[in-house]
Amino acid sequence: MKRIRYGRIAALVAASAIALTACGSDPVESGGDNGGNGGNGGGSEESLSGDLAGAGASSQEAAMQAWIAGFGSENPDATVTYDPIGSGGGRTQFGEGAVAFAGSDSVMDDEERAAAQERCGGTDAIHLPLYISPIAVIYNLEGVEGLQLSPATLAGIFNRQITNWDDPAIKADNPDATLPNKRIIPVNRSDESGTTENFTEYLAATAGEAWPHEPSGDWPLQGGQSGAQTAGLVQTVKGGDGTIGYADASQASDLGVAKIKVGESYVEYSAEAAAKVVDESPRAEGVPEGDLAIDLQRDTTAEGTYPIVLVSYLIVCKSYEDAAEGDLVKGFVSYVASEEGQAAAEQAAGSAPISATLRGDVEAAVESITVGS
Amino acid sequence: MTDVQTPVDIEASLAGRKLTHGKLPRYTPMAVFVGSLVLVGGLLAVLGSFSIPLTVFLGVLLHAVVLLVVTRMVEGGRAAKDRLATTLMYSAFGLALIPLISLMWTVLQNGLKRFDLYFLTYTMRGVFGGMDAGGAYHAIIGTLEITLFATLISVPIGLLTAVYLVEYGPTRLGKAITFFVDVMTGIPSIVAGLFAYALFVLFFGPGVRMGVVGSVALSVLMIPVVVRATEEMLKLVPNELREAAYALGVPKWLTIVKVVLRTAAAGIVTGVMLAIARIIGETAPLLLTVGVVNSANFDLFDGRMMTLPVYVYRQYSQGFAPNGITTINYDRAWAAALTLILIVMLLFAVARLVSRFFAPKTGRR
Amino acid sequence: MTTTGDPAAKPARPGKQRAPQRPGDLIFSISAKAAGVLILVILAAVALFLIVQAWPAIQLDSAELAEEVHWIGEAQSLLDYVGPLVFGTILAALIALIIATPIAIGVALFISHYAPRRLATSFAYVIDLLAAIPSVVYGLWGGLWLMPKLYPVFDWLATNLGFIPIFEGPAADPPRTILTAGIVLAVMILPIITAVSREVFLQTPTLHEEAALALGATRWEMIRMTVLPFARSGVISAAMLGLGRALGETMAVAMVLSPGLLYSFLILRPGQQQNIAANIALKFPESSGVGINVLIFTGLVLFVITLVVNMLARWIVSRRAEFSGAN
Repeated sequence: MKRIRYGRIAALVAASAIALTACGSDPVESGGDNGGNGGNGGGSEESLSGDLAGAGASSQEAAMQAWIAGFGSENPDATVTYDPIGSGGGRTQFGEGAVAFAGSDSVMDDEERAAAQERCGGTDAIHLPLYISPIAVIYNLEGVEGLQLSPATLAGIFNRQITNWDDPAIKADNPDATLPNKRIIPVNRSDESGTTENFTEYLAATAGEAWPHEPSGDWPLQGGQSGAQTAGLVQTVKGGDGTIGYADASQASDLGVAKIKVGESYVEYSAEAAAKVVDESPRAEGVPEGDLAIDLQRDTTAEGTYPIVLVSYLIVCKSYEDAAEGDLVKGFVSYVASEEGQAAAEQAAGSAPISATLRGDVEAAVESITVGS
Repeated sequence: MTDVQTPVDIEASLAGRKLTHGKLPRYTPMAVFVGSLVLVGGLLAVLGSFSIPLTVFLGVLLHAVVLLVVTRMVEGGRAAKDRLATTLMYSAFGLALIPLISLMWTVLQNGLKRFDLYFLTYTMRGVFGGMDAGGAYHAIIGTLEITLFATLISVPIGLLTAVYLVEYGPTRLGKAITFFVDVMTGIPSIVAGLFAYALFVLFFGPGVRMGVVGSVALSVLMIPVVVRATEEMLKLVPNELREAAYALGVPKWLTIVKVVLRTAAAGIVTGVMLAIARIIGETAPLLLTVGVVNSANFDLFDGRMMTLPVYVYRQYSQGFAPNGITTINYDRAWAAALTLILIVMLLFAVARLVSRFFAPKTGRR
Repeated sequence: MTTTGDPAAKPARPGKQRAPQRPGDLIFSISAKAAGVLILVILAAVALFLIVQAWPAIQLDSAELAEEVHWIGEAQSLLDYVGPLVFGTILAALIALIIATPIAIGVALFISHYAPRRLATSFAYVIDLLAAIPSVVYGLWGGLWLMPKLYPVFDWLATNLGFIPIFEGPAADPPRTILTAGIVLAVMILPIITAVSREVFLQTPTLHEEAALALGATRWEMIRMTVLPFARSGVISAAMLGLGRALGETMAVAMVLSPGLLYSFLILRPGQQQNIAANIALKFPESSGVGINVLIFTGLVLFVITLVVNMLARWIVSRRAEFSGAN
C-alpha cells in the first residue's frame, strides 16, 4: 500500500521536473540579455561578430568573465570563451593553434616562443600585461590585527624556522601587538600556481638567507598544510587557528591581512601600490619588439609600492591570417586594456587597474597587430 | 497409581532445575535504549558538557552493555549475543545515516539560498563577480545530455557483454573479459578522461572540447559497472528457469531475453542506476574533455558544454567575490550540488518504479 | 522437415536439447560476443594510450627528467617520484576500506534481515542515495562540515594515543590529513559495498535460513550459519568494488587533503601523503610537455595497482568456486 503511494509521489515529482526542464529553454535568451548590464556606454564604432576562444591561467578567470561580459554587451554577436586550464596549458594550446589567445602568469620559454612563432605564421607572439593582482598574506589569529612582517620574518615563517606566534622575530616586527603563544601553521598552495611562483620569487629576492629555496610554481617544502586553488587555501587558513597563507588579495575576505615591510615602512596591499611596482619595473630583456613582458623588481624599496604582485599576461600573435579572428582579438584586447575593461576586472576580481602609461604601450602594441594576408 | 504420579514428579523436579529460560518483554531493548539516553544525557547535563553527539554515542554504548548484561542474566548467552548483534546492525545503519543526513542538511541549508526557478532556467552568460544573478540551466542541460549519451553507449555494450559472460560462458574469451572488466572497474576517472581526449584529438586535432568526448570518457567508467551489476544479477537467475524454457523448446536468445533478462530486470535497472549515479557526479574527466562554458549549448557534437559537477567545482574554486554578494560563488556551488542530488534522486525514484513494475513476483520482497 | 527457427517445432524433437543454429541465436550470440570483444578493445586502447603517453617520461634518465619537469627533484628517478604516491594511494584506500567494510556489512544485514520488512526498501534507497552524491559535494562537505568536527577527535587521539606511532601528534588543524581523506572515502564507498552485499544477502536461499531458525538458532546464529557463508565471495567482490573506487578517487581527496610525498604512516599530520589521482588532478592543469607524460605514468602505475588488487580479489573469490549464485 505504502509503496504505491510513494510511487505516485515519485511520478508527480518526475512529471513536474520534466515540465520544469522543458520550459527552461525559453528564458535562455533573456538570460543572455540579463547579463548585459555592465553599464558601459559602448564606444566601439562597429560591432564585431564571431567566436573567439582563449585558454590559460586560472588567475585571470574572474576578470576574464567580466571582460567577456563587457565585451559581449558591446558586441552582442561575438562570443568569447576562456578555458581556465592553467598558464602552461594555455601557452601549449596557443602554440598548437587551438586558441586565438592565451592567458599566462609567466613568460613563454624559448621552445614555446618557437611554437608560437609557427602558429602566428612566422611573426612573434607578444605578452601584454593586462592583469595585475596583489597577493595578500592572510592569517587567522584571534585577537591580532594589522600584523606587520618583514621579508625575512615572512620567509622564516613559511620556511618553518619560526614556528610560534610569540617568536622574537615577529615581536620585533610588531612592537605593539600582543602575540599569543600558539604554533604557526603556514599554509601553501598544493597545486602548481602562478601565485606560488610570484610569492616564492618575492621571498627569494628579498629575504636573503632566510629563504634558501629557488622560486617555483610548486611549493618547495614537504609536510605542511596546503590547499588546492586559491579557494582551497583560503578555506584551509579559515579552518585552522594560527594559520597563515598567501592568496589573491580579492579572496582575502574577512581574514587578517599582514602589512609587508618595503624599504623602511610597512605597506598594506592596495591596487595603486600593486600597479605602481609594475610601473617601477623595467621591461624584460631580449624579447621581440612590441612585447611588454615585465621584469618585476621584487626588492624595490620605492615608497608606496607593494611588491608581492602577480602579473598575468594575455599572449597574442603579432599577425593573424584569419581576418575575422584577428579583428576579434584586437577588439577584445583593446576592450580589456581600456579603462572600462580594467574597471570591470577590478570590480569582479579585485585586480589593480593598469596605469595610463602602460595602457598607452598596450594600445600601441595592439595597433601594430596585422590582420589578414 | 504410578501413571498418575509421574507428571507430578516431573513438575517437582522442574521447579529445581530450570529447563526454559526467562523471556524479556518485547519492549525491553527500546526501554533500555531510551533509559540509557536519558541517563547519559542527564549525567552530561549535570557535568555541564551536554552535547547531542556525545549523548547518542555514550547512550548507545551504555544501551549495548546494559542489554547484554540483562539478556545474559535472564535469557542466556546465546540470546545475549543475538541482542548484541542486533544492536550492532542498528548502530551500523545509524552510523551510515550520519554522513547522509549531515550532507543533505548542509546541501539543503546552503543550496536553498539560491535554488529557485530562476537558478534552474538561467545560464551564467554575462554574469561575473558578485553579481546577484546566474543559474545552472546550461549545466543541467549538459549533464543530462552527456550522461544520457554515456548511458546509451554503455548499457547495450554492458548488457550484451554480461549476457555473453553468463549465458555463453565460460569460454576462454569470457574469462578474459571478466578479468578485464574487473580491471576496468578500477580505471581512475581522470585516466578515462585522458583516454577520451586523446582518442578525439586524433580525429579533431588538439584542443577538442565536445560533449560527446565526455560521454565517451564516462562510458569507459560506466561499462564495467553495468557489466558487473548485470552479471551478478544474471548469475542469480535460477538455472531451473533456463532449463524449463529450453525444455519447452524456446530458443536460447528468446530464453535470455524473455526469461533470464526479465527475471533479472529489477536488479539490472538498479545496477544501471547505480552506474549512472556513479558517473553523473564525475568531475575530473569532464573538466578535461568537455571544458567549461557560460552559456547553453545543446549540441553534444560541437563545442564546450557545462556540466553540473564541473559547475560546482568551478564555482567553488572561484572562491569569494571581491564585492557584491561575496559568497555568491559558494551559494551557486551549493545550489548546483542540490540540483545534481535532486536529479539523481529523481532518477532513483524512476528506477524504483520501473524495477517494481517489471520485477517478477518473488517470495522475498 | 521442420524449420529450425520455429520454436513450436521444438517439442516434436525431444531427443535434442538445443537446436543447432537459429538465425536469432546466431545474431544474438555474435552481438553479445562482439560487445565483449569491444570491451577488450577499449581497455587495450586505454592501456596502450597510457603506455605510449608515459613512454617519453620512462625513457628519460633522472637528470633529464629533473631538467624537464621542475617538480621532480635532482637525482630523483621516476620511480622515486611515484613511490610515495603509490604508498599514499594504498594507505588512503585501506583506511577507507577498514572503516567502510564492517559498517557496510552491518548496514546490508540490517536492511536485509533486521529492518522491518516494509521499511527495508526505503532504507536501501536511502543508503543508495549516498552513492549518488557527487565526489565534489563530498569534498565540499568534508571540508566544511566534517573537518571542524573531526579536529577535537583527532586532537584527543594525538594527545592520548600519541604513543602509538600512527597517531603521533600534533594533530593537524584544520585536519586535512590522510585519515580525514580515508573517512570521506569510506563514506563514498560505503553505499557500493552495502548495495552489492545486500543483494547477495537477500539471495541466501530462504530454505536454509528457515531451516536454521527451525533448529532453534537465534537470528544472529542463523545469519552466521547461512547468510554469511553463502555471501562471502559476494562481500569480497563488493569490497573490491569499493576499493577500486577508493583507489581512483580524485576530487574529494584533492579537496580535503594537504598533500605531501613522504613514506609516512602519520595519519594525523598534514602534508605527509598524497593519492595518485588527486595528484594528477592538481598537477595536470598547469603541466605541459614531459610533466604530462610523468603524470600519465603515475596513472599507468595506478592502473597496474588496481590490476594487482583485482587479481588478488579474483583469486580469493575463485577459491570459493562453489558459489556461483546460480545453484
